[in-house]
Amino acid sequence: MIRIENVTKSFDGVAVLKGISHTFEEGITNLIIGKSGAGKTVLLKILVGLMEPTTGSVWYDDVEFNKLGKQELRKVRMQIGMLFQGSALFDSMTVEENIRFPLDMFTDWSLKKKRERVNDCLKRVNLENVNDKYPSETSGGMQKRVGIARAIVLKPKYLFCDEPNSGLDPRTALLIDELIQSITYENKMTTVINTHDMNSVMETGDNIALLHMGELVWSGNKSEVLESDNDTLQDFIFASPFLQRLRKKALGK
Amino acid sequence: MGRYWLLMRSVFARPQRWSMYLRETVRQMSDIGIGSLMIVALISIFMGAVAAIQFAYQLDGTLVPLYYIGYIVRDLAIIESAPTVTCLVLAGKIGSNIAAELGGMRQKEHIDAMEIMGVNTASFLIMPKIVAGVVMIPLLVTVSAFVAIIGGYAATVPTGHLTNMDYLRGVRAFFIPYNVFVMYVKATAFAYILTSISAFQGYYVQGGSIELGRASTNAVVFSNILILLFDYLIAVVLTG
Ligand SMILES: Nc1ncnc2c1ncn2[C@@H]1O[C@H](COP(=O)(O)OP(=O)(O)O)[C@@H](O)[C@H]1O
Ligand SMILES: [Mg+2]
Repeated sequence: MIRIENVTKSFDGVAVLKGISHTFEEGITNLIIGKSGAGKTVLLKILVGLMEPTTGSVWYDDVEFNKLGKQELRKVRMQIGMLFQGSALFDSMTVEENIRFPLDMFTDWSLKKKRERVNDCLKRVNLENVNDKYPSETSGGMQKRVGIARAIVLKPKYLFCDEPNSGLDPRTALLIDELIQSITYENKMTTVINTHDMNSVMETGDNIALLHMGELVWSGNKSEVLESDNDTLQDFIFASPFLQRLRKKALGK
Repeated sequence: MGRYWLLMRSVFARPQRWSMYLRETVRQMSDIGIGSLMIVALISIFMGAVAAIQFAYQLDGTLVPLYYIGYIVRDLAIIESAPTVTCLVLAGKIGSNIAAELGGMRQKEHIDAMEIMGVNTASFLIMPKIVAGVVMIPLLVTVSAFVAIIGGYAATVPTGHLTNMDYLRGVRAFFIPYNVFVMYVKATAFAYILTSISAFQGYYVQGGSIELGRASTNAVVFSNILILLFDYLIAVVLTG
């Protein structure tokens, strides 16, 4: 479980996040949604400690994360996996070397054991026989899968995904969403996902926080989305008139 | 400036895994060493040749014995051209390369990805480059000094400016081992300057390709200015 209290963030006096409090629950997919520029990435970076909040605090269970020293921070980070928007695979390394990198750096395992773990992770994301390919030789969807495999290789308790399906076709995007969700359930991870994709919201929104101009304007789960009267939420989810009509129909209005 | 020292403090931390650092250092050594051998040899042969011809021309008709050409080419190489000019050129080649590589990694979120894993990225990405530079660049400077002397020979002996015997006599004349020591002090200091300054420029890149280009240029410009400044300071302190 991750809890944030009154988190604000300003760049050169411009407030990007304005006093956000929220709890990200264990064992489910927690979504941060909102339009481009709403502050989703900034919030995610604060959650993982790549940025410091201007004020407020971030708690990982009972540990005040943003007060940790560098050394302790790195210990918590070994329990964190993250999938980046552009996958962030190291392009001078093969797929296998990418996934093995955290194992090489942080375990004393034999090469054989590390290879087994890499192959388990690859299988989990439905990839096989790509070990010796370079990231540039694989498709965007494959790169996301490899990114997920690398993120879960050390069996993290927390998983963060920044726009996991941006740049993918709808079909592949859905598969990636489902993959992240099932991995979350299997391992009882606390997963936090940034997205502005309404398909993802309705599929994987176990716990949703809507950001709008740096403020948290709504939270709830995917079944509560339809019923909510929140205008900002409805504007965001049902952006097109077509979808608006569908919603009205679904509600029997 | 303050940020540079803060970065250097994280760079020289205890490696999280020696084998990974070692592998990375060896990779960098081969990049820096083998990758720069040709250009160092090329500029050095010309530096030696130009120096020799220049002095042959200036000494012509004077009472200074001709064998002085060998002596002057040697000391010029050891004291100035091998350490300083080589490092100025290497700042252009290695420095811009380091800044571009780290800057690209920063922009493609590779550095963030490593940080999230718990890697001390400042140390893992920068220390191997500095160590590799500080080991390989003095070796390259040594090569440069020898090649410059050969360059001087090639430019003057076959063309009949002076005899084989005279040139070699000059190269062996008035040899002061202390100058070689100064050469290595310079080479080591310049190697540290150009690798660490360039890494600093690359590591903190933000924005897009324009910023990346600027970081790469700054890496070269600042390295060169500092190399010349320290060239002067080392000369004052060690030979003044
Ligand atoms: N490092 C930064 N410096 C200054 N402004 C930033 C920085 N990072 C993000 N911002 C600003 O914060 C706002 C929110 O950005 P972001 O979190 O990336 O939005 P998104 O919801 O699309 O992920 C934007 O207006 C952006 O310009
Ligand atoms: Mg974003």
